[in-house]
Amino acid sequence: MKRLINQTPSPVLRVVLGLLPFVLLVLLYTYASDARLAENPADKLLPSFGQIGDAIQRMAFEPSKRSGDYLVWEDTLASLTRLGLGVLIAATLGLALGLFTGALPLVSASASPLLTVISLIPPLAILPVLFIVFGLGELSKVALIAIGITPFIARDIQRRTQEIPYEQLVKAQTLGANTSQIICRVLLPQLMPRLLDAVRLSLGAGWLFLIAAEAIAATEGLGYRIFLVRRYMAMDVILPYVAWITLLAFVIDASLAALSRRLFPWHGQGGH
Amino acid sequence: MIEARNVWKKYGDKVVLERINLQVKEGEFVTLVGTSGCGKSTFLKMLLGTESASSGELLLHGKPVPGEPGPDRGIVFQQYSVFPHLSVLQNVMAARGFAGRNMTGLLFGRARREAYQEALALLEEVGLAHAQALYPAELSGGMRQRLAIAQALLGRPGILLLDEPFGALDPGIRADMHELVLRLWRQYRLTVFLVTHDLKEGFYLGTRLWVFDKTRHDPQAPDAYGATITYDLPVGKVDRETLTEIDRDLARTANQMERDHEAL
Repeated sequence: MKRLINQTPSPVLRVVLGLLPFVLLVLLYTYASDARLAENPADKLLPSFGQIGDAIQRMAFEPSKRSGDYLVWEDTLASLTRLGLGVLIAATLGLALGLFTGALPLVSASASPLLTVISLIPPLAILPVLFIVFGLGELSKVALIAIGITPFIARDIQRRTQEIPYEQLVKAQTLGANTSQIICRVLLPQLMPRLLDAVRLSLGAGWLFLIAAEAIAATEGLGYRIFLVRRYMAMDVILPYVAWITLLAFVIDASLAALSRRLFPWHGQGGH
Repeated sequence: MIEARNVWKKYGDKVVLERINLQVKEGEFVTLVGTSGCGKSTFLKMLLGTESASSGELLLHGKPVPGEPGPDRGIVFQQYSVFPHLSVLQNVMAARGFAGRNMTGLLFGRARREAYQEALALLEEVGLAHAQALYPAELSGGMRQRLAIAQALLGRPGILLLDEPFGALDPGIRADMHELVLRLWRQYRLTVFLVTHDLKEGFYLGTRLWVFDKTRHDPQAPDAYGATITYDLPVGKVDRETLTEIDRDLARTANQMERDHEAL
């Protein structure tokens, strides 16, 4: 018998082991839900899969009685627009800040301490400030996401810039390159896949800020809807919404990973 | 062409190089050998411009070596010398882009076609034409160094600095690389400085051999004295006895530095 640290599952066993926790969770939920509903058919805490299915049908495929909209799609569009805008702004700002502080010691000397302090401010603590300054509209929500993740992206890109071997910068200089050529041809292209990595890592925080902002002030959006139906303890709506958000997050992450592999085939090859 | 007048290099109290006096004429091929930590790479960096002398003068064409790297001095490092995000061909073409004075270093139109032709010819010369579409990570160590050399040559440097360029290569590949470097040195009339660990490499490559070694040693203060050039020999006129002698000297210094290290 090999030591436990040396035992690796076969491909088939790996799939089975990976699916097992999901199956167990579903079984456990079904059992608990049945038990509660048998006790009290009006129980709202653990709705059956049938009730959840009805809620999905109602929210996604039938127009709302009040507004005539298909709520899930409307919420999804609103939320993804906010998230996309916020992340896009953060990525642009973060790339510029990180690149210039990482590449130019003079800029770094003046910007890095400030960046460090700003990155320590909890973004949610300044949400009221954003509401006061930008009002309760779209701008404050997008601003929260952008402000929340820009420092993270900027600091990550700064570190990645400094990680690019000094030898490459020297080599470019011996070929006659000036500073802007080095930034455009040596640093920037090598930072693009790392920017995509940083965006992927910061999306979790992005969702957090999005849902927090929507919970407080919004008229549509995935976060808004969850917090709205919480008043009626509508777990049959909340649970599929959470699952839908999770699926969206997964799809976005996987597409960014695929995009990175496609655009930057040289990345992650462990080259010199 | 290059002249050192009593050059010293110190990091704080630690003396790395001391009393370096020398003259190098255009077209020489100098090999720098010595134990690790004996300042041969430091001296190369001083020629490159990324390090400067603590005292004394290091002159290039009668003027102090500039404080930053420039196109008159090409460099090949042991690794990280090529751009990993560019294909072999793009790596060489990039050199032409950097020579222009625009903001981005990108080439368009006629300049691009010319750079392409030139890059292709150079890749042919170093035997990499068949690999032009590959990325550096897909190349073998020897191919990667060929690429680094081709790239350095496109900057049309007068001086080529090689910092242990073959240190990570297999012996068989190394012989090919020697042949390549010697050929390009003659063809482009370069002045070459090659840093190597391998004493034998220094003995038949090029025209001149410098041995960096510590001649003075204080066991109480191992950093008080630095290395200097103990042998400055014309290659080809060196007998076997000198080789053995240098070998013995270097081994003694290496042992001494090892003991100093243990004593800390």
